[in-house]
Amino acid sequence: MISFRVEARTGVPPYLQIVQQVRQALRMGVLDVGDQLPTVREVVAAVAVNPNTVLKAYRDLEREGLVEARAGQGTFVRRRPPGPPPGTHSRLGRSLERWVREAREAGLDDESMESLLRITLRAGDAAEAESEEIA
Amino acid sequence: MSTAIETHELSKRYRRVSALTECTVTVPEGRVSALVGPNGAGKTTLLRILAGLASPTGGTAAVLGGAPRQDPAFLAEIGFLAQEIPLYRRFTAEDHIRIGAHMNPRWDASLVRTRLAELRIPLGQRVGTLSGGQRAQVALALTLAKRPRVLLLDEPVAALDPLARRKFLATLTAGVADAGGELTVVLSSHLVTDLERVCDHIILLAGSRVQLSGDIDTLLAEHKVLVGPRKDTAPIERTHKVVQEVATARQSTLLVRLGGPVIDPAYQAEDVTLEELVLAYMGADEASAGKRLTTVGESS
Repeated sequence: MISFRVEARTGVPPYLQIVQQVRQALRMGVLDVGDQLPTVREVVAAVAVNPNTVLKAYRDLEREGLVEARAGQGTFVRRRPPGPPPGTHSRLGRSLERWVREAREAGLDDESMESLLRITLRAGDAAEAESEEIA
Repeated sequence: MSTAIETHELSKRYRRVSALTECTVTVPEGRVSALVGPNGAGKTTLLRILAGLASPTGGTAAVLGGAPRQDPAFLAEIGFLAQEIPLYRRFTAEDHIRIGAHMNPRWDASLVRTRLAELRIPLGQRVGTLSGGQRAQVALALTLAKRPRVLLLDEPVAALDPLARRKFLATLTAGVADAGGELTVVLSSHLVTDLERVCDHIILLAGSRVQLSGDIDTLLAEHKVLVGPRKDTAPIERTHKVVQEVATARQSTLLVRLGGPVIDPAYQAEDVTLEELVLAYMGADEASAGKRLTTVGESS
């Protein structure tokens, strides 16, 4: 079973925060096919959000085909979102950790690392777009 | 979906002062409505009328299809928690549970006991010796044990610390979930971040009038903040309603209620937060007195 965090200051609507946390848990392998999501009652009693917010989040996940509501039983995971298997994330996470350590030793602070990541991602996008153009 | 609360041009005058002026609002069943507005805007008056504790001097109010009144059948459906928490300080929570059983036809004592046990609030201790947060929890749990169909809460969290507030709201949302869409709540508070999590409907009062009311998601989608160069806003006002305008010498920021798409490319349209919306409409009360334009950085 997973628990949710709902923060007011993120600018992300509460229902979307729940959707994203379920997707994230599925990608990381914290949730697996067949697992039950907490009931609406359990979620609202823990994080104090409107029950309709949780219902909306679960309906969205259902529409995506990731979960299914079973009458009288609750909401269960049907499949994982498309993407590499959970192990990939933790493997890449570990190599990223090594990189961060190296960057920190080289004197980069968090902000410089973040901007470096952004620049690299953007450069990657541009290179991809270019190669498509050539092809 | 049926309507739980409906008022039509509801007014309340005390001698020469208007506490409420021509308030027309509708709250569908199952919603949690945020009642917001400056102090003295009429929030408590509205709640007291809906609870049958005060009578209007004009207009009509219907709660669960009938006029609020002091009769047992009506009161059995209504939970009302006043600002000053109405408990007998020398009695224990358990005493209150027993008193409630005598007074309420649908009393659910196990509901109070379970919730208070979850919160580790002792049932056998005089409520006067509990903390403010615990007392508020006892009062809310007792009100929910009545199994009301309409719950009216007048600034119940104002005096509580952040943790006690969160726990109080969790008890409330759990109560709403337990009722399976049959409990309608009106909750007055100044704490917009709390209301944002818990409420899906809003009634905003300022200067004794309803300035804004309806489904929160719909209202957020209907409003935008337009940021652009300072210029004549007449073209904008032909399509949209300007709720608030903040201007510097060069730039103006308009909070508008959309009447169609924003066409002028000079303006950048941004989403509004509930807090921005609430603040803008609270100020809209003054706007009707001809002070809509707030000018920053220059003398007006």
